[in-house]
Amino acid sequence: MNRRDFTNILGMGTAGLMLPSLPAFSRTVAPEALLETGVDVATKKRLADAAMNAAKSRGATYTDVRIGRYLNQFVVTREDKVQNIVNTESYGVGVRVIADGCWGFAAVVDARSEADTAKAAEKAVAIAKANARLMKEPVQLAPQKGYGEVSWKAPITKNAFEVPIKEKVDLLMEVNGAALKNGANYVNSVLFMVNEQKYFASTDGTYADQDIHRMWPLFTVTAIDPKTGKFETRQSLSAPMGMGYEYLQANPSDKITGITTRYNKGYDMLEDVTAAAKQARAKHAAKSVEAGKYDLVLDPSHLWLTIHESVGHPLELDRVLGYEANFAGTSFATLDKWKSKNFNYGSKLVNLVADKTQVGSLGAVGYDDEGVKCKQWDLVKDGTLVNYQAIRDQVHIIGENESQGCCYADSWSSVQFQRMANVSLAAGKTPLSVQQMIKDVKKGIYIIGDGSFSIDQQRYNFQFGGQLFYEIKNGEIAGMLKDVAYQSNTQEFWNSCAAVCDEKDYRLGGSFFDGKGQPPQSSAVSHGSSTTRFNGVNVINTARKI
Amino acid sequence: MLTREEAKKIIDKVLSYAKADETAVSLSGGRTGNIRYARNSVSTSGESDNMSLAITAVYGKRSGTATINEFDDASLEKTVRRAEEIARLAPENPEYMPMLGPQKYLDTNTYAESTAKIDPEYRAKAAFDSIDPCRQKNLTAAGYLEDSTGFSAIGNSKGLFGYNRSTGVEFSITVRTADGLGSGYAARDVNDTSKLSTKAATEVAMQKALASSSARALEPGKYTVILEPTASVELLQNMMGSMDARNADEGRSFLSKKGGGTRLGEKLFDERVNIITDPMNAELPLSPFGGGGGRFGGGGSDGRPQEKVAWIENGVVKNMYYSRYWADKKGVKAIPSPGGIIMAGGTQSLADLIKSTDKGILVTRLWYIRAVDPQTLLYTGLTRDGTFYIENGQIKFPVKNFRFNESPVIMLNNLEALGKPVRAGGHLIPPMKIRDFTFTSLSDAV
Repeated sequence: MNRRDFTNILGMGTAGLMLPSLPAFSRTVAPEALLETGVDVATKKRLADAAMNAAKSRGATYTDVRIGRYLNQFVVTREDKVQNIVNTESYGVGVRVIADGCWGFAAVVDARSEADTAKAAEKAVAIAKANARLMKEPVQLAPQKGYGEVSWKAPITKNAFEVPIKEKVDLLMEVNGAALKNGANYVNSVLFMVNEQKYFASTDGTYADQDIHRMWPLFTVTAIDPKTGKFETRQSLSAPMGMGYEYLQANPSDKITGITTRYNKGYDMLEDVTAAAKQARAKHAAKSVEAGKYDLVLDPSHLWLTIHESVGHPLELDRVLGYEANFAGTSFATLDKWKSKNFNYGSKLVNLVADKTQVGSLGAVGYDDEGVKCKQWDLVKDGTLVNYQAIRDQVHIIGENESQGCCYADSWSSVQFQRMANVSLAAGKTPLSVQQMIKDVKKGIYIIGDGSFSIDQQRYNFQFGGQLFYEIKNGEIAGMLKDVAYQSNTQEFWNSCAAVCDEKDYRLGGSFFDGKGQPPQSSAVSHGSSTTRFNGVNVINTARKI
Repeated sequence: MLTREEAKKIIDKVLSYAKADETAVSLSGGRTGNIRYARNSVSTSGESDNMSLAITAVYGKRSGTATINEFDDASLEKTVRRAEEIARLAPENPEYMPMLGPQKYLDTNTYAESTAKIDPEYRAKAAFDSIDPCRQKNLTAAGYLEDSTGFSAIGNSKGLFGYNRSTGVEFSITVRTADGLGSGYAARDVNDTSKLSTKAATEVAMQKALASSSARALEPGKYTVILEPTASVELLQNMMGSMDARNADEGRSFLSKKGGGTRLGEKLFDERVNIITDPMNAELPLSPFGGGGGRFGGGGSDGRPQEKVAWIENGVVKNMYYSRYWADKKGVKAIPSPGGIIMAGGTQSLADLIKSTDKGILVTRLWYIRAVDPQTLLYTGLTRDGTFYIENGQIKFPVKNFRFNESPVIMLNNLEALGKPVRAGGHLIPPMKIRDFTFTSLSDAV
């Protein structure tokens, strides 16, 4: 599901009713259907084998088959009303082949028989052969060993689809009530739950059955000042997580206290919305920022998005090579910079790591969508650019002989391609708390939560907002600010990194909607960091009069 | 692709099984195809057909929706029962509005046979016509063409029925110089593909790529700009998308009034600003039913007819859009949200606008546009793929890209001149000359 479809679902309640505009090939189902087991593993293997045999007999030299069942549930509310409850299911099979040296792909909805998948395989071979005529050079696929029949399950403790709808509605009504009681005029709240049941098989000899869960509780509160006619909002400080319903069970150890409470692997929605309502109200009285240079102290609930845009994207090899030139763009981090082995992406404190295995992260799986076992690898080491994110048909370009395992398709009906792994900033190696970090800052701004975000098509120049801004004066927090956005250049920004808090402060943020490709596909990805300080960053004032 | 009669037969069949207080049916389907290329070579192409039926059953203020893509009698009846079961279990929606009865829909011309006939060979040729001239000039093409042909039908147990078929093609092309120092862009969208030349659009992008190479840096600040329609369209679309009356009444919109109420009837823009929607416009025909919708104009539609609406007239806010619930509560007409917008312009060409400019910047495209402040509709983003300095009526040299922070409301007050509208991104937009457009920093991106 992409951001627009999601916005559509959120907006449905206000649009009056009729029919949701669902992602292609999805159907709405009763909530109970989300707990039904899909096609069993033995049948999936038979369907996959039929496709692989059919492709081979038509001349394919490689085939992979993805059998996917994708389940979503949304509970959407505002104030005292349930606006919408939507349950969707999508099931089908995608077959990708190499024939005459060229990729071909075809998919079939609701495939139940071996004849269905064989037919899709034959179509994929025909497309590959037709496209081969326009091809410049044949696909070079990095070797990959087969793992046999394997499985991977997200380590969740409570499947969100097992929790009755009523319990979810009751929670959101309580959340909305707390917002209104604490100063909000309006509140919108949502629970968004995902289960991807994916089966991958390839002619390399892997048959991987995987069960992936994601969970995202979110809200926006709005506080209006009738005297000025102004409105202020504050969004939830939750993160979308690769977790089950247990994310909504916060233990004291999951809470990071301070100027406002932030959350690690457990989220207290009620506590956060109570704080949010008061903070949205307090923003009206906050000081409008004076533009200029500030040292920024960035909370992980904010920094994840800066990492995503300024590190995750420019280090995707397909962008570097120009495959995304017409849409998402290319990259400043060109191959010559990587080859030089001395391109200072950031200061010596900056270690950026790609990881498809991190527990609780959105990107974690056992095997990627071309059957490569997932791993962790360095992108920037002690400030120097050392690697990219690449998949099987790209790694030869950077002299590697195995894929890094970051291939993904957002549906059985979409063709898989290189997507961002979880990309994270490693925690500082020397003990440092947020309080100690702030104590050293003379003129700074402490930013919590993600806000507006924009970056150019080669990932040099960016601008970010946030949810909460606090002025730091001579090592102390001096009060709330508003109208804050910072602008910088990727290399300059990461080289201004002056301190990174230790692993006790390390947390994940992330997005369900990383968009890429034409037609666009969505991918869910997490980014971890500890609170980090950047010196002398340009801050602008965003207040205007109309 | 179903005809009106075929679609009506299925919808009537569904309604004959219905037992709920109210039942609505939406049936849509069609074919989409695409071809994508980069580095002067086709990377992916595909085609898919899909047809799906969604049934909404309502008991009192409880509703449930079920969807299916099989159309035999047993499947239809089963899906009606499923929607009814989901409805019975759903919480009450206090804002539920009873379904509309029969409506009169305009007969809009959204379908072109030329587009319906597109096949894989057509797409390959369209890509070749774009790649080949680039190869010959040692330039690198990356482009995408997507075509769709489909229908949408809606009906309900109160006798409402509507049917529309439509076609569309979207094409975009980015051309880069071999040294990576120049980049140009062009985009086209049409209902009738006989009006599309991928070759002609590519030539525009090629010319911009060559002309934009080795750009010079100018200081950020306030500049007179000429925004091509591909540059201004997203800002205008975002502004029109913010004209929801309920948000304004609730005090959380740029159209909210201090002390309560809305700014309906106030002059917020230069008096030359006129924005309408008109489903019958020959250049920009729209689906005759409104209230949201998917690719073929179906999906979220609540069956309201789309009519000609003036949104901004001589700089004055004339209309806002309403949900049926909010319009009922306020006792006003429930105007659905706008589809393709039409902004009136003048007769001048882009070249004329350049000729009349002493000092300014020509902007081909704005990119990564995000809201900074919903109160003032302040947006940020960057110029991309062809930004040029104009002096004494002539393009002098390419300039490095800028980040902007600007509100379309401020921009449409700082209007200097309007050119002849052209279709861009599903809208009809004139090239605009704007003074004091705010660039806040420089970007090295090409």
